[in-house]
Amino acid sequence: MSKKVLDSKVPSGDVSDVWKNYKSSMKLVNPSNRRKLKVIVVGTGLAGGSAAASLAEMGYQVEVFSYHPSARRAHSIAAQGGINAAKNYCNDGDSVHRLFYDTVKGGDFRSREANVHRLAEVSVNIIDQCVAQGVPFAREYGGLLSNRSFGGAQVSRTFYAKGQTGQQLLLGAYSAMMKEVNSGQINFHNMHEMMDLVLVDGKARGIIARDLRTGEISKHAADAVLLCTGGYGNVFYLSTNAMASNVTSTWRAHKKGAYFANPCYTQIHPTCIPVHGDYQSKLTLMSESLRNDGRVWVPKKPGETRDPIDIPEDERDYYLERRYPAFGNLVPRDLASRNAKYQTDEGKGVGSTGLAVYLDFRDAINRLGETAIEAKYGNLFDMYHNIAGENPYKQPMKIYPAVHYTMGGLWVDYNLQSTIPGLHVLGEANFSDHGANRLGASALMQGLADGYFVIPQTIGNYFGSENLGEVTTDAPEFAAAEAEVTGTIDKLMNIKGKKNVDEFHRELGLDVWDKCGMARDKEGLTKLLKKIPEIRDEFWQNVNVPGSKDGLNQELEKAGRVADFLEFAELLATDALDREESCGGHFREEHQTEEGEAKRDDENFCNVSAWEFKGVGNKSVKHIEELTFSKVELSQRSYK
Amino acid sequence: MSGESINLKLKVWRQNGPKDPGRFEEYQANDVDTSASFLEMLDVVNAKIIKDGGEPIVFEHDCREGICGSCGAMVNGKAHGPKDKVTLCQLHMREFKDGETLVIEPFRARAFPVLKDLMIDRTSFDKIISSGGYVSVNTGNACDANSIPISKENADKAFDAATCIGCGACVASCPNASASLFTSAKISHMALLPQGQTEAKKRVVQMVDQMDHEGFGHCTNTYHCEGACPKGISVENISRMNKEYLKAKLKG
Repeated sequence: MSKKVLDSKVPSGDVSDVWKNYKSSMKLVNPSNRRKLKVIVVGTGLAGGSAAASLAEMGYQVEVFSYHPSARRAHSIAAQGGINAAKNYCNDGDSVHRLFYDTVKGGDFRSREANVHRLAEVSVNIIDQCVAQGVPFAREYGGLLSNRSFGGAQVSRTFYAKGQTGQQLLLGAYSAMMKEVNSGQINFHNMHEMMDLVLVDGKARGIIARDLRTGEISKHAADAVLLCTGGYGNVFYLSTNAMASNVTSTWRAHKKGAYFANPCYTQIHPTCIPVHGDYQSKLTLMSESLRNDGRVWVPKKPGETRDPIDIPEDERDYYLERRYPAFGNLVPRDLASRNAKYQTDEGKGVGSTGLAVYLDFRDAINRLGETAIEAKYGNLFDMYHNIAGENPYKQPMKIYPAVHYTMGGLWVDYNLQSTIPGLHVLGEANFSDHGANRLGASALMQGLADGYFVIPQTIGNYFGSENLGEVTTDAPEFAAAEAEVTGTIDKLMNIKGKKNVDEFHRELGLDVWDKCGMARDKEGLTKLLKKIPEIRDEFWQNVNVPGSKDGLNQELEKAGRVADFLEFAELLATDALDREESCGGHFREEHQTEEGEAKRDDENFCNVSAWEFKGVGNKSVKHIEELTFSKVELSQRSYK
Repeated sequence: MSGESINLKLKVWRQNGPKDPGRFEEYQANDVDTSASFLEMLDVVNAKIIKDGGEPIVFEHDCREGICGSCGAMVNGKAHGPKDKVTLCQLHMREFKDGETLVIEPFRARAFPVLKDLMIDRTSFDKIISSGGYVSVNTGNACDANSIPISKENADKAFDAATCIGCGACVASCPNASASLFTSAKISHMALLPQGQTEAKKRVVQMVDQMDHEGFGHCTNTYHCEGACPKGISVENISRMNKEYLKAKLKG
């Protein structure tokens, strides 16, 4: 495997001053020239919505694409907890440096230092912008903004709107975007799925899209393309992602030359409602805040069948409190998740599937009273009651970890540009800011930082530095890409096999979860790497896509996305096998301390793995970006 | 956690496109686990339809957590089904009895043309928002977030109005197919905040005009909308919209 070194294009200088100085030295595009430049934005979540609105306000012509009927449906809407910002409104000692430091440490020292510092710097502007848009954040009686604390921080820097912060922020970005749709500066193509990226002279100059209503394939040319298409958590089939969330846009860009970075960094959230049947379509997250008062336990005896309330105290194992006396039930997400898996692996799991542990509020209710618990967690208890059909005030909740965010993504430099000139990648779709593990309330921050404050600056620098000739959809590259897209669709329609699309997706996802989920080892990953091509081969011979390619066909939409997951999964497992260390969300059984903690290998793996596509089934080529830290010292985490 | 198993008869609206007249078709849903959600029940029915060589029932859905606003259908004449304050994706099969017949139809309104089966086109809602449902503040223009105090009471009321998910159950339940609850929720959200004042008059006039233009009916105070709303948006917002509208028209 050859190793090539990538240039992050971080300007030189003190990390604290880099962004400030860079902003003053970047090339600018004057307003009359912006009018002549067209930017395609794919995806309308927080990153895409905020980027589209901001670029349109600056005078660029913006073409926005979303497979949703409305920009407001993107999955950013489901984010619950909040958004971090270094405002220090609580006078508890917060600063840009502290937010930066917590994020780098939380990411287990696998993120790019300069990007994270920039993120912390612009975090304060995000809150100002959103409040100005009318986002109704929680307030104190004095009329000023309220903050709460969140995992991985010792200060209160999280701004929130009850448990619906993502919804309110997305509606803010959506309304800003719709303002520009109204002014004619944005042309919004709803229900259009990006099918391929088009390169002309090595630069990203357009996309091929499919109208999901009519099946019509169309070509769109532009001067730059922004992918804001979210993460790939649905490669696991069951996740907390929305049903349509997929890897298609980023994967197809990868196949056109954009490197994919650190796909093995996936985040498993410890408190989700467990799987309850084969028909299950997705998993629901329960806020992490529940672990403040709930105690996690399993029966000591494997195969226990008694009702939990009948199991006496000395036959319960409060395993987190036992193993981590200092942090107890409040250990970080990755530890809480992995330990639940260890218990169920030993046959101590509960519920009908054996894949759940108890989260028990009995002691908290005895101590504080039911009313106090209801005031704190009422909506969450109701949600659990509604979905699980059990009353958590009377019986312990059953919970289990689930995939919920992916830190890996397309490799981007400091300008958010991928290895394809003109292709920029924003939000969860890129890799740069969260390292190997994302802290709570940081995803919203990053999506909006990229869209509102980073890309509006750096895209000007791109346009000012490149001599872009005019390109229209008459260029032969568009016809070639269109033919390829049409060919793939015809191929899918003509297989007429025996198995439904979902059957392949489920088979793939469950195997990826089993061998490349909470804990990974060489043996499992090797088996997985053998299995994925088998599932993929069968898919291309035996999938059944009913209906017609002309017109609305949800099975065809799913088939295209699953086909991409079947290729992407191989890269995910390859990366997980290649990274011979444990860090953040990537836990290799072979690399742990005697206490069972993740053991990083800073000597060999303090770097980014960015993979270059070499054809389906062929070995990808790894490129390296070395990570250097000037403002923080690398340390090993301990929560004992 | 798995529940009991029930058998149901489904009468589902099938329509091949906006111009197709459409018709009901019957399906048997057997061995439905009562722990499943309504949409998971439809997934299982669809899997069987495909195996039997048919085309699956098209319905819109995405987050399946009750927040994206994609899903929705009339179940036995009620928007999002029989349970109050949940979306269709959060409705579970334990709400139904063995042997029941369920009539499943799309949300119907002139301004919501059926795209296919249970899937409707709600871009009319987006057009209402784009006619004025925003504060015209460009990125970078903002002052410090704490420079404008807002009373907690108003902030909370604005938040309650802003929790609308844009599903359209209010329109589907209204005898006049009015979008007053939807439109008034956005107008209230903005009207309750100081940020929304500068453009308040223009906003309410443009949004109400756009609502009429899209072909939604008028509000005659039946309040079915509030009862059908999965987020409990209050009809108080409609009063506030009317007040704002009058204010704008009378005082210019």
